[in-house]
Amino acid sequence: MTMTTAGVIFVLTLVAALVAVYKPFGDHMFRAVTGTKQSRVERGVFRLVGVNPAAEQTWGVYARSVLAFSAVSILFLYLFQRVQNHLWLSLGFDPVVPHGAWNTAVSFVTNTNWQSYSGESTMGHLVQMAGLAVQNFVSAAVGIAVAVALVRGFARSRTGQLGNFWVDLTRIVLRILLPIAVLGAIALMIGGAVQNLTAGTDVSTLTGGTQTITGGPVASQEVIKELGTNGGGFYNVNSAHPFENPTSWTNWLEIFLILLIPFSLPRVFGRMVGQHRQGYAIAAVMGILAFASVALTNVFELAGHGTVPQAVGAAMEGKEVRFDVSNSATFAAATTLTSTGAVNSFHDSFTSLGGMMTMVNMMLGEVAPGGTGSGLYGLLILAVITVFVAGLMVGRTPEYLGKKIGSREIKFASLYFLITPILVLVGTAAAFGTGNNSTALNVGPHGLSEVLYAFTSASNNNGSAFGGITVNTTWWDTALGLGMLLGRFLPLIFVLALAGSLARQAPTPASEGTLPTHRPLFIGMVVGVTVVLVALTFLPALALGPLAEGL
Amino acid sequence: MSVTSGQLATGGNRIGGGLLDPKQLLRSLPDAVRKLNPATLWRNPVMLIVEVGAAFTTVLAVTDPSVFAWAITIWLWLTVVFANLAEAVAEGRGKAQAAALRQAKQDTIATRLIDWQPGARANAYRDEAVPAPQLRQGDIVLVEAGGIIPGDGDIVEGIASVDESAITGESAPVIRESGGDRSAVTGGTRVLSDQIIVKITQKPGESFIDRMIALVEGANRQKTPNEIALNILLAALTIIFLLAVVTLQPLAIFSKAYQAVAPDSGAITGSGVTGVVLVSLLVCLIPTTIGALLSAIGIAGMDRLVQRNVLAMSGRAVEAAGDVNTLLLDKTGTITLGNRQAAEFVPVEGVDAATVADAAQLSSLADETPEGRSVVVLAKNEFGLREREPGVMPHATFVPFTAQTRMSGVDLTPDGGAVGTARRVRKGAAAAVMKWVRENGGHPTEQVGEIVDAISGTGGTPLVVAEHVDGEPARALGVIHLKDVVKSGMRERFDEMRRMGIRTVMITGDNPRTAKAIADDAGVDDFLAEATPEDKLALIRREQEGGRLVAMTGDGTNDAPALAQADVGVAMNTGTSAAKEAGNMVDLDSDPTKLIEIVEIGKQLLITRGALTTFSISNDIAKYFAIIPAMFAGLYPSLDAPNIMRLSSPESAILSAVIFNALVIIALIPLALRGVRYRPAAASKLLSRNLLVYGLGGIIVPFIGIKLIDLLIQFVPGIS
Repeated sequence: MTMTTAGVIFVLTLVAALVAVYKPFGDHMFRAVTGTKQSRVERGVFRLVGVNPAAEQTWGVYARSVLAFSAVSILFLYLFQRVQNHLWLSLGFDPVVPHGAWNTAVSFVTNTNWQSYSGESTMGHLVQMAGLAVQNFVSAAVGIAVAVALVRGFARSRTGQLGNFWVDLTRIVLRILLPIAVLGAIALMIGGAVQNLTAGTDVSTLTGGTQTITGGPVASQEVIKELGTNGGGFYNVNSAHPFENPTSWTNWLEIFLILLIPFSLPRVFGRMVGQHRQGYAIAAVMGILAFASVALTNVFELAGHGTVPQAVGAAMEGKEVRFDVSNSATFAAATTLTSTGAVNSFHDSFTSLGGMMTMVNMMLGEVAPGGTGSGLYGLLILAVITVFVAGLMVGRTPEYLGKKIGSREIKFASLYFLITPILVLVGTAAAFGTGNNSTALNVGPHGLSEVLYAFTSASNNNGSAFGGITVNTTWWDTALGLGMLLGRFLPLIFVLALAGSLARQAPTPASEGTLPTHRPLFIGMVVGVTVVLVALTFLPALALGPLAEGL
Repeated sequence: MSVTSGQLATGGNRIGGGLLDPKQLLRSLPDAVRKLNPATLWRNPVMLIVEVGAAFTTVLAVTDPSVFAWAITIWLWLTVVFANLAEAVAEGRGKAQAAALRQAKQDTIATRLIDWQPGARANAYRDEAVPAPQLRQGDIVLVEAGGIIPGDGDIVEGIASVDESAITGESAPVIRESGGDRSAVTGGTRVLSDQIIVKITQKPGESFIDRMIALVEGANRQKTPNEIALNILLAALTIIFLLAVVTLQPLAIFSKAYQAVAPDSGAITGSGVTGVVLVSLLVCLIPTTIGALLSAIGIAGMDRLVQRNVLAMSGRAVEAAGDVNTLLLDKTGTITLGNRQAAEFVPVEGVDAATVADAAQLSSLADETPEGRSVVVLAKNEFGLREREPGVMPHATFVPFTAQTRMSGVDLTPDGGAVGTARRVRKGAAAAVMKWVRENGGHPTEQVGEIVDAISGTGGTPLVVAEHVDGEPARALGVIHLKDVVKSGMRERFDEMRRMGIRTVMITGDNPRTAKAIADDAGVDDFLAEATPEDKLALIRREQEGGRLVAMTGDGTNDAPALAQADVGVAMNTGTSAAKEAGNMVDLDSDPTKLIEIVEIGKQLLITRGALTTFSISNDIAKYFAIIPAMFAGLYPSLDAPNIMRLSSPESAILSAVIFNALVIIALIPLALRGVRYRPAAASKLLSRNLLVYGLGGIIVPFIGIKLIDLLIQFVPGIS
């Protein structure tokens, strides 16, 4: 079997699996977020935190709840890292330096999981499990909760109520994330991922030296890292580490887990607005963009332009031999298309254009299919923009799912899609303007890519690293931390504001004159708007980076 | 609708729908230059950015002159001027109309009556001369033949023929009288005969003509909701591209330092991309095309309504017209011709249809009502019966219709009327004619009743025809079937509406059975029978509660609440002041069918905005292909690959893109003024068509345009 055939089968089986679970898993999530019966555990949680599960919140209260929860999480995580040497299972590590602790706290709470540290040599097991892994669950749940609130905005009418954040958060963690995480962890352990609390084993290396191999609760953290599109690895080399991702089939499973929730959420959307076909349309947009990106990344990597790949026969630098070129390319596309940011290879060593694809994937705004929840709300915002332009072309005030897209709605949608490009471009320009690009390993176009990638990854809450750049300086930790923080919470506020304004409207009944938003034409338009409006913004910057290098 | 509508007052120099007179462009040029003032341009953020950029490149061109820098500078200024020109041309059309209206609004001296009471005798009150602008609401004025009505109001006494051509452009005088639905008069119109006493209803300075002037001039035009939304989106895009361009600079400096061996060029030097090129890139990327034309589109949309003699009191109402889901249409005058017409002669057994037709014709000769005329016409068309003038039959005595007898007819006496059998023919309401038959010794058969019931059942009106020949019992011959005649083409119109997703509801005072028959005949979706004003209002509320937008027309005072409640309420100009106040549009032609056109204009307005936005954004793709290689191919030769247009030099590529960007504005002014062609169709069809033309066209056209401009300007020294 050639590398290409193997790659094609790998991708096709993934597609088949995702298609197969779309309905059942989507329905399961639908029941989880819309059900009103609380389990005993849930009732316990609500009593503990003092929440009345029947009381709903307006968009403002919902947003304040999200922000308050996240602020407390950041503070807690920061302090946790700063005092880790006094706690159990610290493995003798020192407290994390202030700027590193800030960066990591923000990173995990914003579902970015950008890591400016090396996990196995910085964090003790307790911080990893009780700090970072917990955030892996709740930050993913926050994303889903906000997406569900936005969908409620579409589905409801003449109301200010968008649901209850605390109820959503609890139910999503307990009913969606935890069960799959348990099953997934077991599967990964069968595949060979480690799960223990040892401090590490000293082994002799082939060259005669001694190396400490850190063990730990890897499988349990690995599974939620993928499932919650978090991406923060237990080890520095992330999913390239054999303890995290031992074999080709665990690689397949990890990619599946990455894509599972983002690709199934459109089903929840379709069910909540009472039209499955609307869910299919959104899933189709995600699918088309994702498929095109995976295909292009594979093509660029397999073609292997560049001096070294040509010399050795394949673009294998920075890739694990057990995953080969294609599985690495597909993993890279999947992890950047979702806001995961886990890596099983070194994106910096990809061919220029292959590396560019990983950047473009993020620049799309993490919508194909994007992070857990954030992908759905990002794409729905783009659909709103598309409806606005397309809706005018059919001669009516634009409406999406019966809700008019007026100036208020466009204001929030515009603010949403302004944020990340601003953060990426201003951040990158600031790095060059202040000379902080000097920590990049390379000069010239590749050095530019390394800087651009860092801000793209942080501001889009992806968290993957291109590599080849030192980012644990005070400037980088601070700047990227701000990128992650603003890139997560400003859009989230605008999404909830939009949801609030949609929910208040009375629905307009559909007629022959209404723009159909489930047909191929509309799907194509959303794809077009995503590419033209979002990605083209970055074209001048990309020209000086990967394009200059790769064309 | 009237073909001559669209002629206001002087009727003269108005431009037809689509054509743009080049002279108009020249005439508007001074206005366009005046609009360069940033104090007025700030309302259009996209063009303000272009102006700031143009000012910046002017400074650069002065300090570091080159052919390229000056060429770019000139074309950037032209871009702003062209945008202003679009707006000025659109406004210019309105200005001509406003000037005409001002002529009508002469300052007249009014005769104000003091202590006037309804029915007062001439010596019971005094009068005084007052300049028209000083009239207050509630003042009573006297207007005599030849006088100009000094302000808007209602006639409280008298009847007069009024020349309203000043506002409607229609030269035929109209009758205005006190009481009823034709009591409203408009200031500035002229009384031709008789005299009337008018109660002024306007506030000073807020007359109908004042409002018309404000509307057509577009002065202090309020942006409509959708326009505001689109402006927000355009502003957001502008901010993004502004940032994309500004943040490019540190990256360019870094790249130039890395490729220090590459020689400095007009596009990039050691201190980064030159200011002129950076501004060019920005102007090409931000949505200048739609930004330049947006306000012209809005003004032109209102103007198209004015050309059809409809005055929209707000742009909001025009937009709402495009969104209408439900159209309430009055039956009479809108769906059907004003009157019922004979459609068929149904004979009773033993009589042939020709006999019935003959008798019906005879009995209708003296009947000058439209119904009566239609009987004669039908007899002629179907049975070739020549019309007999009353004079042709000297021995005939015509019996006119009266409310008591409820029938009309003719008494014929043979030759001089002295002797022989006389024949009397009657036609009329079934009950009355049957009674007449019985009184004359006849016994109408059951069959007559059956025919009458059958006709009533289908919504028609039966008229029984009977004759009485001396010496014989009277007998019923047959029945004339009178029917509401649906205007031709209405069914197609309603089918179109249905394709556009608009539900049509017929409003009628008829009973449900009749209403249903006509509704089926006309092809409307629904009907409201035996409708009272309250029923109408309730129907509108019900529709609106379901989230639907409702449009209706009305003229009477009792229509006012419904007009006010409807999202689009079109008042007829012949209607009462109350109706005109309540609606948000006034149709000067008083043609209820026009509602359909108003809906189409509303849709066209939105489509034009959407199409040009799509076009504007699609243009960016080609511009990237032109400018990015021009900026950076000197640094990285591989970046010449996207130069698929093979433009001759970096300078000519950038200049071509800027020139194209400016010229496309001029090229699209006619489209913005005329509006995108609109054919009623389902949304998905409209979308695919417009997407093909303006989306795909927007991608392809600039490639061709930029290449052509490049082919021309490459010969300019200092560019290639």
